[in-house]
Amino acid sequence: MRNLFLPIALSVGAIAAPTASPGQAVAIGDPEAGAEVYRRECASCHQIGEGAAHRIGPQLNHIFDRGAGSHDDFRYSSALERQGRDGLTWDLARLHAYIENPRALVSGTRMSYRGLEDEERRSDLIAYLRVFSDQPQDIPEAAPTAIRPEVELAPEVLAIVGDVEYGEYLSQECTTCHQRSGSNEGIPGIVGWPEEDFVVAMHAYKEKLRPHEVMRSVASRLGEEEIAALAAYFAVLDE
Amino acid sequence: MKLQRRTFLASVSAGTALMAAPAVMGQAKPRVVVIGGGSGGGTVARYVAKDSDGAVDVTLIEPTKRYYTCYFSNLYLGGFWDYDDLGHGYEGIAAAGVNVIHDWAVGVDRDARMVTMASGSSVPYDKLVVAPGIDFVDNAVPGWDVTKQSLMPHAYKSGTQVQLLKNQIQNMREGGTFCMVAPPNPYRCPPGPGERVSMVAHMLSESNPTGKILIVDPKQNFSKQALFEEGWAKHYGGMVTRIGPDFGGENVEVRPDAMEVVIDGQVESVDVCNVIPAQKAGKIAELAGLTNDAGWAPVTPSDMRSTMDENVFVLGDAAQQGAMPKSGFSANSQAKVVANVVRGELTGSRIFPARYSNTCWSLIATDDGVKVGASYEAGEDQIESVSSFISDTGESADLRRQTYEESIGWYNGITADIFG
Repeated sequence: MRNLFLPIALSVGAIAAPTASPGQAVAIGDPEAGAEVYRRECASCHQIGEGAAHRIGPQLNHIFDRGAGSHDDFRYSSALERQGRDGLTWDLARLHAYIENPRALVSGTRMSYRGLEDEERRSDLIAYLRVFSDQPQDIPEAAPTAIRPEVELAPEVLAIVGDVEYGEYLSQECTTCHQRSGSNEGIPGIVGWPEEDFVVAMHAYKEKLRPHEVMRSVASRLGEEEIAALAAYFAVLDE
Repeated sequence: MKLQRRTFLASVSAGTALMAAPAVMGQAKPRVVVIGGGSGGGTVARYVAKDSDGAVDVTLIEPTKRYYTCYFSNLYLGGFWDYDDLGHGYEGIAAAGVNVIHDWAVGVDRDARMVTMASGSSVPYDKLVVAPGIDFVDNAVPGWDVTKQSLMPHAYKSGTQVQLLKNQIQNMREGGTFCMVAPPNPYRCPPGPGERVSMVAHMLSESNPTGKILIVDPKQNFSKQALFEEGWAKHYGGMVTRIGPDFGGENVEVRPDAMEVVIDGQVESVDVCNVIPAQKAGKIAELAGLTNDAGWAPVTPSDMRSTMDENVFVLGDAAQQGAMPKSGFSANSQAKVVANVVRGELTGSRIFPARYSNTCWSLIATDDGVKVGASYEAGEDQIESVSSFISDTGESADLRRQTYEESIGWYNGITADIFG
């Protein structure tokens, strides 16, 4: 029913917006409002826009109509890859469903996101994503990758080579809650993150820029060296 | 700075290797025996076996074949979880290379470094880890001892006692009184009694809404008090009454056969009575001569080593270590420190400084979760809290739901970490 409904909805939209020229995006929300939603909800893990690269999550340029789990150079959960092979593609309805409740659509997804219930905000967000899919010429000059990172870290902090063996010992504090399997039921998975993202995230907790009391407490007594060690260990931890 | 630290660690590790050499060379394989397969013992056994890759012979002695966690047993009482959700087998620990023996450890000969079991067999060790949990202090509540536990369950070691208590509450007469005799400090799971009251209230509000809850508490204050009291008023208005020490809560006697509770001389008839007595280290710690006058096993804060014996470590609820609460999370955290030290001393692997932490989540009502926690460090004489946090009163429903979901994530995380 949903599949039948969608093309009709889109074509109605096209008719209702006669100014839209062929190939231009149908208005599905307010992309400007969506940019704000994106910054709040998505940007700590995903990049989008010019120069976007995979981070904790894959980059999201051209997400519309892309097959799920189809970037060869990103390590997805096996659940998402399997659904991609089975034909899941990111059309409007699927994006809505996935963003509303990721695990309801892909139960084994590694995306640690609780979902966005508010339909209007979701529509705005999807409209924003759409800007980077249908109209690449519209990619703004100030690419979202230029958004200031959560914490400004000195290059030498980011350059610390983590001691993996020390990281393994330190990781035991993490695995009381975060599973080595990468499972993210109720508690986010932290396996396989790019080291830099891990380091930035931990410093953001340490400086109390991210809200979570347990993580702030854990990070408060981790030094730069320890954070690098953990990042190095979790980056290479096999599932 | 970082080079210095590395150098420091390397020298620690090299020194350890030298000290450990005799143990390694003296026999085929160093032997670790762990008594108790709960959050502390299970973790230490699995970690030593897994991380030493067969270089250490690890034996775990645990009487039960299936372990039922005490944490989250309140959620079973409240009807949020099934009993089976609390149970965990030892297959994963065995698969890590641990020799799991289902028997009672009944004696420790520390001179001969030998543990004897109820079956009569014995097992030698180079390093012994004692993690037996708690036992109850005799006559802590006059009128109650373990022979009365079917009339007035303690339900504080999970298992069938919790099933019994749930059954009694379910069958309580309409408008009846559930009484909890709360324990004095220190005891296992500080927020446990408050969470239990919440879960019983939840259950009664659905099936027996005129039922009453009476808490008799010897303590002036209790863990997460403001959060629980706020929650009880909000969700279960008027159902819960607490009698603290100012009104006789520390002068209580029970009469299990008559189902009476005597509070400061005043006799109250109750319908269900949950007696959680004062606690001490599990009996084997005492039999092994590891406990002090207070009934707990004192340990060195930097490595949980018994102050009575350098080859023995005591973990979790049984240990007297300082500021960490007696919880599964604490035991699991301490176990990792011990695993690192034991393995280092026996095989020369790197020994890192101790890190301890704890968080306790509690459920007050449907989707209304709260938490308290802290990070700890080894002080000179005891483990000390270095930073702590607690949920706020008046938090949004959304945050409370998130906290509850997080607690379930934690349960699945820690049980995977312990049992493999």
